Amino acid sequence: MGSITLEHVHKSFGGHPVIPDASLQIEDGEFVVFVGPSGCGKSTLLRLIAGLEDTTSGIIRLDGEDVTDQGPASRGLAMVFQSYALYPHMTVRQNIGFPLKMANTDKATAERKVADAARVLNLTDYLDRKPRELSGGQRQRVAIGRAIVRQPKAFLFDEPLSNLDAALRVNMRIEITELHQQLKTTMVYVTHDQVEAMTMADKIVVLNAGRIEQVGSPMELYRNPANKFVAGFIGSPRMNFLEGPAADKYRAATIGVRPEHMRISRESGEWAGRVGVAEHLGSDTFFHIHVDGAGMQTVRTEGEKDFAPGDPVWLSPDPSHIYRFDQSGLALR
Amino acid sequence: MATRESRTLARIMMAPSVIVLLIWMIVPLVLTLWFSFQNYNLLNPITSFAGLLNYQFFVTDPAFLQSIGNTLLLVGGVLLITVVGGILLALLLDQPIFGQGIVRILVISPFFIMPPVAALIWKNMLMHPGYGIFARIAETFGFQPVDWFAQFPLFSIILIVAWQWLPFATLILLTALQSLSEEQKEAAEMDGANALRRFIYIVLPHLARAITVVILIQTIFLLGIFAEVLVTTNGGPGYNSTNLAFLVYRTALLSFDVGGASAGGVIAVILANIVAIFLMRAVGRNLDA
Repeated sequence: MGSITLEHVHKSFGGHPVIPDASLQIEDGEFVVFVGPSGCGKSTLLRLIAGLEDTTSGIIRLDGEDVTDQGPASRGLAMVFQSYALYPHMTVRQNIGFPLKMANTDKATAERKVADAARVLNLTDYLDRKPRELSGGQRQRVAIGRAIVRQPKAFLFDEPLSNLDAALRVNMRIEITELHQQLKTTMVYVTHDQVEAMTMADKIVVLNAGRIEQVGSPMELYRNPANKFVAGFIGSPRMNFLEGPAADKYRAATIGVRPEHMRISRESGEWAGRVGVAEHLGSDTFFHIHVDGAGMQTVRTEGEKDFAPGDPVWLSPDPSHIYRFDQSGLALR
Repeated sequence: MATRESRTLARIMMAPSVIVLLIWMIVPLVLTLWFSFQNYNLLNPITSFAGLLNYQFFVTDPAFLQSIGNTLLLVGGVLLITVVGGILLALLLDQPIFGQGIVRILVISPFFIMPPVAALIWKNMLMHPGYGIFARIAETFGFQPVDWFAQFPLFSIILIVAWQWLPFATLILLTALQSLSEEQKEAAEMDGANALRRFIYIVLPHLARAITVVILIQTIFLLGIFAEVLVTTNGGPGYNSTNLAFLVYRTALLSFDVGGASAGGVIAVILANIVAIFLMRAVGRNLDA
C-alpha cells in the first residue's frame, strides 16, 4: 500500500514561502510526476513527502496515517537522488544491501534480495565493483536497486535522469516505466522535462512558483490546460500565444495554438509573416515564423517542406484547436 | 607533458630545485654519518676514527630503550587524543551555530602559539602544583593537588602537545566533513540509518583519507618533539620523559659528545623510517584514489 495525501501543506524557508498551500491526493500504485520550471518547489514538495524537510504547517498522510512529524527512516519510503548519492566506499552489493543492513535483516535474506534486485536491474555482473567503476546508467540502476530492495510503500525520484546523456535517458525512462508496471508500487517522480512527464506519468502535477497549477493525466493536460502556464508548459514545441486583435476576434485576451495545429501556406491564411529559422528533424520540420504584429510563432509540419528563410507565408489556426484565455490567464471554455 | 620535447624541458627546468634539495638533504646526512663514526668530543681537540663505538655507547645508554619507548608513547598518545578529539570537535563545529566564524578561530588559536610558550603556560599557569589552575580546582573540591610533572611527566607532555595539535587535526577533519555530500547523508537517512550508524558507515569512511593525512603529518612532527620536554621536565624525573630527540640533545650539548649524538641522530632517522614504513602499510592505501 502506498497512498500519499497532502493537506494544506505550507513550507517557508526563513520567512520566504516556497510552497504557499499544497493539497494533493496520490493513490496507491500511481505513477505521479511533479513537473515545473526550476525553482518551482517541486523538489521541496518531494523532500517534504520524504521527510527530509519539515513542513511549516499542514499534514502529510501515508495510507491515511499522519506522518508529518515522523523522520524519513520511519516513513518507509525510498528515494533516488539526482546525484544518485551512492556510497563511494562500498561495492555495488553493499550499496544495494545497505537499507537491509540498517533494517537488521538476516544475512541470507538480505543476500537473496540483493541478488533479486541485481537481476531485475541487470547488475549481477557488477556486484563487486565500486560505484566509481560504473557508467552513469549503471550508477542510476544501483541507486534504484538500493531503493527497491526494501520494498518501500512508495518510491520518490528526484530528477533521476538529468545527469544522463540523451540516448541513455530515453532507455532509463522506459526501464523505470517497466519497473513501475512490474512492481505496481506508488512512484512520485520530479522532473523539469515535460517529455518525461508526458511519457511516464499516470498523473501529472504541474507546479509553478510553489502552487499546484493543474493535476491530471498527460492527455487531459494536453487537451484541456486549465491556464496559460500549463498550456505553455505541456507540449513540445511550446504553444504559440497571440494577443491583441488576433485574440479579440475570438473574444479572449490571449489565444493559444499548438504548433501542430497551425497551418502554413504560401497563398492565403489568417496571419501574414516571414519564415525565420527552419529546424529539420527528418520526420518533422519546425518553422519559426515572424508574424507581423504578433512576434515569433512556431509551426510543425510533417516531412520536408521547402520554405526558405525570408519567404512570405500565411499562417492559420485549426479552428477546432484554439485555446482561449482571459486576462488573468485562466482558460475560457 | 605530451611531447618528448615538453618532457625534456620539464626535466631541465626542474633540475636546479631538485639538485639544491638533494644537496640540502645529503650534506647534513653524510656529515652526521661521518661524525657518528668519529671520536669527536667538544672538550677534546683530537678526533679519531671510532668505528661502531659511538653506536655501542648510545644503544647501551641506560636511557636509550626508555627514550625510544617514550618517543613512541608520545607519538601514539598525541595521535590518539588528536584524532578522536579532532573528529568530535569537527562534528560539533560542523553544526550550524551562532558565531560560527569566531568559534572556529578560537578553536584554531592554540596552533598559533609557539611550542615553548605553550609549554610554559601549561607548566606555570595550569599544571603548577602551587598556583596552577588545576591545583586550585583540586583544592576547591578538597583534593590533594597533582604535581603533574613529577607524578605524570610523560602524560603531562602528551597533554600539552595534544592541545597544540588538536586544532590542526580538527581543521583538516572539519574540511573533510564539509566535503561530504548532503545527499549521501540524506540517502543514508532514507535507508533507515540512525545518527550513530550514519557516522559509522558513511561519515567515518569518508574521513578515512583525512585521518590518514593527519596521522602521517603529525607523526613526522611528533617524532621530533623537543621544546616541550626542554622547558617543562628537562627529560626527568630520571629519564621518565626523555624522548629520542632530547637524548640526542643531552649527548651532544650536555656531554659535549658530538660523535655519540650523531650516532643517536642516525638511529632516530632509522626509527623514523621504520615508523613511516609501518604507517604507510597500515593507512597508506587510504591515499590511493
